[in-house]
Amino acid sequence: MQAAWRVEEIEENSVPETDALVLLMSDIAGNRDRDAFKALFMHFGPRIKALMLKSGARPEQAEDIVQIVMMTVWRKVHLYAPERGSVSAWIFTIARNARIDRLRRGSSQAYTDIDDLEIVSEEPDGEDNLFASQRTRKVAKALSELPEDQRHIIELAFMEDISQSEIATRLALPLGTVKSRMRLAYAKLKNKLEDLK
Amino acid sequence: MSLDHHLDDATLLQYASGNLDEAFTVVVATHVAMCDTCRHAVRQAEELGGGVLEDAGTAELEVGSFEHLMLRIDDQPADTAPAACVAQVSGDVPAPLVRHLGPDLGAVRWRSIAPGVRKHVIKQNSASKSSLYMLHIAPGMAVPEHGHGGSELTLILSGSYTDVFGTFRRGDIADLDEHVEHQPIVDGDLPCICLVATEAPTRFKGFFSRLLQPLTGI
Repeated sequence: MQAAWRVEEIEENSVPETDALVLLMSDIAGNRDRDAFKALFMHFGPRIKALMLKSGARPEQAEDIVQIVMMTVWRKVHLYAPERGSVSAWIFTIARNARIDRLRRGSSQAYTDIDDLEIVSEEPDGEDNLFASQRTRKVAKALSELPEDQRHIIELAFMEDISQSEIATRLALPLGTVKSRMRLAYAKLKNKLEDLK
Repeated sequence: MSLDHHLDDATLLQYASGNLDEAFTVVVATHVAMCDTCRHAVRQAEELGGGVLEDAGTAELEVGSFEHLMLRIDDQPADTAPAACVAQVSGDVPAPLVRHLGPDLGAVRWRSIAPGVRKHVIKQNSASKSSLYMLHIAPGMAVPEHGHGGSELTLILSGSYTDVFGTFRRGDIADLDEHVEHQPIVDGDLPCICLVATEAPTRFKGFFSRLLQPLTGI
């Protein structure tokens, strides 16, 4: 029953209370709860598909990558650690890696090597003890408060997966301007996250 | 490890968003493996990815998409043993580089390309326009003042060098763009071994590629 209300609570098109996402993750990890997994899928599936389409995937390819990403989520869900980051950021990294492997014909191996390192690392990771939910709210706020020109560059980089020099060409800006807007946007995010320490 | 020289934030964001090419990704990941500060910073940058994923729109899934997914999941064999974990390999080569180089720096096969300079090219899986290679530079060797034709990342794996930006030791990274001019000198009695990614130059060769040009024709 518990899972049922969560499924209803997380609507496809709204930003959910992030605690609900963390709860879903622990239900999926602990109980292999398929209703919880469906709720997670209904939330992230359409977003991952939009990301892949904007990155240049054909519709059927985007659909297939959504499936591959969510299969990875199902398989690796027990590795998600809320103290390290939000559910959205974790799923973004899986989508990013799939984009590199499937869409760019590259290799995401370097990223998974770093993940492995963190898993075997014995040091506690809590430089900051932010809860995932606080973190998500802070990030959303930081993004919404960015000046339009910085926000646009962040979206191009993360959503459309184009490089700094391609962004510079597309927006007819000097490369240095693109880089400095990226640095400014990142500095604002860091400030927001450090606030919570 | 406490390091002095880190990644430029713009490079870090590019790495987090996944749009560096393979050569640059490997060098950044190798530094990140050696640097707690940058590992933390990458996670923060990935939060931006999460934020963008949350509010940059949705696309309608095909009918029956979830059911199809569960069929695929049920079809898969139960998880086999996880792939060999490179993180646990002991040696002086950091994790992301082990699969390209093996675990020991001592086992790298160098090719002498100029007096005091040896090189080892790392094969890339994807067709990348950037080059990825290691250099082994003799102590005391000074490199003429030079600029860069494109971005260049240099990660120190052993020994050290000093230039106008300071001294670079194991784990430190020099993240330089085309506008930078510097003159590195290898310090002490040990050779400096570094991992380098250079962008395909537009006008001039990058520092190390220029150094190598006479003999390799790159």
